[in-house]
Amino acid sequence: MNLRSAFLLPARVWSAVFLATPLAIVCAYSLLTRGDYGGVERPWTPENYTRLLDPLYLGILWRSLWMAGLATAVCAVAGFPLALFIARAGRRRNLLLQLVLLPFWTSFLVRTYAWLFILRDTGLVNTALLRLGVIRSPLPLLYNEGAVLLGLVYNFLPFFVLPLYATLERLDPALPEAAADLGATPLRTLRRVILPLAAPGIAAGCVLVFIPCLGAYLTPDLLGGGKTVMLGNLIQNQFTTARDWPFGSAASLVLMLVSAAPLWFLLRREAR
Amino acid sequence: MPPVLELREVSKAFPNHRAVDRVSLALERGGFYSLLGPSGCGKTTTLRMIGGFEEPTGGEILLNGRDVTRLKPWQRDVSTVFQNYALFPHLSALRNIEFGLREHGRPDTTKRALEALELVRLGAKRDSLPAQLSGGEKQRVALARSLVLEPQLLLLDEPLAALDPQLRKQMRAELKAMQRQTGITFLFVTHDQEEALSLSDQVAVMNGGRIEQTGTPEDLYLRPATRFVAGFLGEMNWFGGVGVRPESTRISGSGPGLPGTVESLLFLGNCLHVHVRLADGGHAVAETPRDGQRFAEGEAVWLSWDAAGELRFE
Amino acid sequence: MRSTWRNHGAAIYAACALAFLHAPLAILILFSFNASRFTVWEGFSLRWYRVALEDPQLAEGLLNSLVIAGVSGVLSTVIGTLAAYAMWRRGARVLSGMLYLSLVTPEIVTGVSLLALFEGAFRFLQLRLGLHTVIIAHVAFSIAYVTIVISARLRSYDRTLEEAAMDLGASEWGAFARVTLPNLAPGIAAAGLLALVVSFDDYVITSLVAGVDSQTLPMVIYAMARRGVSPVVNAVSAFIVVAFGVVILLSERLQRR
Repeated sequence: MNLRSAFLLPARVWSAVFLATPLAIVCAYSLLTRGDYGGVERPWTPENYTRLLDPLYLGILWRSLWMAGLATAVCAVAGFPLALFIARAGRRRNLLLQLVLLPFWTSFLVRTYAWLFILRDTGLVNTALLRLGVIRSPLPLLYNEGAVLLGLVYNFLPFFVLPLYATLERLDPALPEAAADLGATPLRTLRRVILPLAAPGIAAGCVLVFIPCLGAYLTPDLLGGGKTVMLGNLIQNQFTTARDWPFGSAASLVLMLVSAAPLWFLLRREAR
Repeated sequence: MPPVLELREVSKAFPNHRAVDRVSLALERGGFYSLLGPSGCGKTTTLRMIGGFEEPTGGEILLNGRDVTRLKPWQRDVSTVFQNYALFPHLSALRNIEFGLREHGRPDTTKRALEALELVRLGAKRDSLPAQLSGGEKQRVALARSLVLEPQLLLLDEPLAALDPQLRKQMRAELKAMQRQTGITFLFVTHDQEEALSLSDQVAVMNGGRIEQTGTPEDLYLRPATRFVAGFLGEMNWFGGVGVRPESTRISGSGPGLPGTVESLLFLGNCLHVHVRLADGGHAVAETPRDGQRFAEGEAVWLSWDAAGELRFE
Repeated sequence: MRSTWRNHGAAIYAACALAFLHAPLAILILFSFNASRFTVWEGFSLRWYRVALEDPQLAEGLLNSLVIAGVSGVLSTVIGTLAAYAMWRRGARVLSGMLYLSLVTPEIVTGVSLLALFEGAFRFLQLRLGLHTVIIAHVAFSIAYVTIVISARLRSYDRTLEEAAMDLGASEWGAFARVTLPNLAPGIAAAGLLALVVSFDDYVITSLVAGVDSQTLPMVIYAMARRGVSPVVNAVSAFIVVAFGVVILLSERLQRR
């Protein structure tokens, strides 16, 4: 055995046993039947997938897509001017980029908890407003779709800014100047020169935000308080409380397929 | 005694092109040899096969009569000076030179490495890291690192290409002196004909993966075997099927001869090159002494030459 | 004139966006020093840090998290570095595909699929969920991160250095161990620190494959946050933010070397 194969061996074994096999098991479970005591039994059946067509579950799928799409849109609208500003900040751009990334490098759980702390009934906003006499009873800021959306945008905004910044940074600064020289107003320059050239970065950023939002579990769990159930929460619930592994497996595979679609689109676009 | 290096019909085919095509070559001990050719002619691939970094798809490579075609780089008694020097960035100049001695398990590594460092006059830089050395110093460390192993054959892959022109001339002289001093056989790869002609005892000219001609610099310049060699080594005027060097081309203000007009004049220091647009649309260069007859741009001139200056090809 | 106004507008917007990213954490940390139990500022105090230090659950969680992050960090760094180097020599399509897949697989799916594997295996083995299953899971998802960091470093690494080493008599192993490895060292350290952070931070996968005796710090924090407001969580969060900040800065410094 040569050196290269020897070096590859541990990674190959680990990923075969602990990445590929688990996914294969989930594939198999998704076609089996739930046992009486929460186990998995035969016969083979497509029923777990047809059950996902039930309006209740279709609603969850739809809500996941809607929340992820909305969060992506907000990140795009909020992140584009930020990325553009940083890309044009000259010597300070590294510092600014670090500032965008710094909160992202702290614990995901802590970042989500920070919003819990700010938004809950006895949290910062409500306490302040109550003290100032603006409101008489706490506003329901938490445990709704708005709070989940806020949490998703907060957690994944850097995922949009980073690839877009990388694209904008490589943009020749002479191009907008040339457009201006040819008589384009700043707004037209943005629309006809910068946006088309930044398209790959925007696409990459959108995919990088959309995929983790779609599979989000912790944010809807903590900030949605079980009311805004997304696919991630459904899967978790099926594997723990409900102990319906076959159905949870089917939901997992659907989640993976829906996540893979935009990625596939992006990779195909880049290959061209 | 067998040649130090012998290539027998060595070929290297890549999926969609043939980089080296049945190349044969024999190098005698103690000579300074050059592989000369334009970029992409296969000279670097040939060198990499001799060094053991590429495996030939055909033919044999013999070192001192022993077949080394399938041996790994660390199993062959040849050493390479890489184009970018490939000095280990984490090791000082001295440790770089010691590296090969240690790998070979030779005794007195530090003492020998220091001697080699002195040989290239870099004793004062023994503890400097490659990043702290100038281009010429890196070049000398790379040379010392290979020479200290006393290989049968030293391969040099365009080692002067990264240096500025002034330094390049100086290093050229040092290389030659180093080769004579150590007596190690050098095989030098370059695309610079002046470099090859001035340094080498023997030059092999490569083109399109094949060797076009092998010979002394004088042979190649005065008796080129092919049109390619004639054109690649020095300038050449083509009059019909006949080649004439600029220094054998006479120019005068009156006939007989080939008529043309002076296009431009290039002052080269020791002589003058007169570029002439021929009446038939062709182009030629005539060399004249700088204190000879003066010509003006646009002037009508006639070119002539002796039969002795003609080079003919099939 | 108009152009300066536009520049000011952009700068103000950027400042607001950065404030949005930083304010929640700043507020969280600020209130960890609050003397009051409630979200009203009553003066500076280290009271909640003292409570946190005396909490046996937090201490156990921290210890478990450190053990898991340490062991899985070392394992994934070794496995990932070797793999990245081997793939740099010549690509390995199946493995790199597998690693990319692990990066884009939603955490919850990684978690439940590993749970399914472990539960399936435990029917034949006399084992239970515990620290070892968490470590296995963390190594599984950290290898990809390590490989990416090391591969990025190898992209700018000069291949002729290894050729030069072999030319001077080093075997493949010698060239790797004595030339490439020393040059990769800062990248390996950076990758190791990243693996440490990724492991220490994980809640979703860990909560699925951990046993009753292997509660990690994020799991303890999650349970506390779920129970209700307590400034203790702020104190622990502040500690984590600072600790992560230090480790990541260190890692970035190393990566740039």
